[in-house]
Amino acid sequence: MSSAPGFLDRRGWAWFLAVGALLMVVVPLLNALPAAGTALWMPDYLIPLFGKYACYAILALSLDLIWGYAGILSLGHGAFFALGGYAMGMYLMRQIGTRGVYANATLPDFMVFLNWKGLPWYWHGFDHFAFAALMVVLVPGILAFVFGWFAFRSRITGVYFSIITQALTYALLLAFFRNDMGFGGNNGLTDFKDVLGFEIQAQSTRRALYAVSVAAMGGSFLLCRLIVASKLGRVLLALRDAETRVRFLGYSTAHAKLFVFTLSAVLAGVAGALYVPQVGIINPSEFSPANSIEIATWVAVGGRGTLVGALVGAVAVNLLKSWLTGAVPEAWLFVLGGLFILVTLVFPRGVVGLAQQLRDLRRPIAAVGAGKLAK
Amino acid sequence: MTAATGTGTPLLYLDGVTVSFDGFKALNGLSFMVERGELRSVIGPNGAGKTTMMDVITGKTRPDEGKVFFDGTVDLTRLDESAIANLGIGRKFQKPTVFENLTVFENLELAQKCPRGTWHTLLAGLTGTQREDIDRTLETIGLSGRESALAGALSHGQKQWLEIGMLLIQDQQILLLDEPVAGMTDHETSLTAELILSLAGDRTLIVVEHDMEFVRDLGARVTVLHEGAVLADGTIEHVQNQPAVIDVYLGR
Repeated sequence: MSSAPGFLDRRGWAWFLAVGALLMVVVPLLNALPAAGTALWMPDYLIPLFGKYACYAILALSLDLIWGYAGILSLGHGAFFALGGYAMGMYLMRQIGTRGVYANATLPDFMVFLNWKGLPWYWHGFDHFAFAALMVVLVPGILAFVFGWFAFRSRITGVYFSIITQALTYALLLAFFRNDMGFGGNNGLTDFKDVLGFEIQAQSTRRALYAVSVAAMGGSFLLCRLIVASKLGRVLLALRDAETRVRFLGYSTAHAKLFVFTLSAVLAGVAGALYVPQVGIINPSEFSPANSIEIATWVAVGGRGTLVGALVGAVAVNLLKSWLTGAVPEAWLFVLGGLFILVTLVFPRGVVGLAQQLRDLRRPIAAVGAGKLAK
Repeated sequence: MTAATGTGTPLLYLDGVTVSFDGFKALNGLSFMVERGELRSVIGPNGAGKTTMMDVITGKTRPDEGKVFFDGTVDLTRLDESAIANLGIGRKFQKPTVFENLTVFENLELAQKCPRGTWHTLLAGLTGTQREDIDRTLETIGLSGRESALAGALSHGQKQWLEIGMLLIQDQQILLLDEPVAGMTDHETSLTAELILSLAGDRTLIVVEHDMEFVRDLGARVTVLHEGAVLADGTIEHVQNQPAVIDVYLGR
């Protein structure tokens, strides 16, 4: 696995800006400018689809930060994503106002249907975007902080940690399925009308949401990169490999882990909040343990401990999923399982590490010789 | 409290320390004292409790009974590993544990004495003095020119040296060295003895070793542990002539 990287060098920035310009400028323009149906035109449905991929990429980055660099494998990261999504969903529900089926100015449709008389206390404030945005960050952040506080202080690591994160997301799945929780039960929150006053279905709004998601992806990448290039990043790498030793050096490994775990949960929450207006629904299935495992697959396929691998993996696996679930729907789960086995056994460094792995294979003798010379 | 021998309070003071694992007493009422600036060798057969003693001092293991005091007043049994490390007690493990996926330079950078808080490490940059400090340490441990090599690529002896270097740059008062010359060549062993002798006086060192030749080279006061307690104590010649020590080592 990787050694500690620097921040971005000149080549890194060139790549970052080139890919950024392509995604932020070229893609929206190709959708907006050419006449519909011409060869250069990018079909409308691709914009929210790509926006969704950008959200998945942020989610993958957040997992790679803790798994690839600190050795914390969360198999419940979908929970933080879903919580961010629900916070955004609640705001979007309140924006519907009297345009709902029951035309109730305060109560969302499902509450009227359940015969509720007033808004539950925890729904107050969500009619303000700023409050909702704050909750997108705070709810996953606080949950991760409290959960991580107990887990890391009790020195729960490795597979035990992974199992309790699965339990966490499963418990939330069951809770959000209940109608009396007040989050729309198994239908979740949907039928959104507008966001910040813009019609949510309008193509211009979709392009804006897409652009914001891509910008958030770029920002998250730089933030993660900044952390792994700092001294804290080296502390994380060190504790991933020899946690006891780091403690004997005088570092509180529990604090360092708590910091990245909380930050990672916040990033996942932001990804969820950007995802919901683009897909138009949030329901409890986002909490399902299988979803969270899928995130780990993206990161493993892309190559963990690289950040770029997380981006590549999230987009590549989801492109494959979009295509396969259309072409051969019954094959998808087998392919996903096969991918996981393949990365574990054949290319443990993922797609990003594959090139290096192939180079090593081609020149084993040269590599040994170089090692000897260096001594 | 037992009156301390020598001048002032002992830097490290263990009294009646007992640790049991499933009924087996790894330490059995161990009392042990080290003066500031002292160099002490600790020997003893396998299972005598040498490593457990280090675990107790560094906070890895909590004793069932007994007192462990640092500098007369600080109760080490109430602190965790990182707090004890920050007091100035450093440890080199029996099996060299360096961070194999980091470079030699980065290993030293992490060990270097400076604030350990998470925020501080996030924002920390390396000053010129710190860089010079690392360069000096690299020279002391004979790894100049290897600073950008991955620590995992070093030889066994070099890893041991890097780990000692990490203790040095941490600027710890007490250095606990668990088998510092295991796996070293004779040449490396004598260099290590020189290094340890040059540190004594300035720092307090406790060296656990199996290599009797090396213990003789150090010429320090020797404590013999057996079944979790002190069996004998004194110069190497003195303890080697004790009938009890001979019995334990020859298994009579």
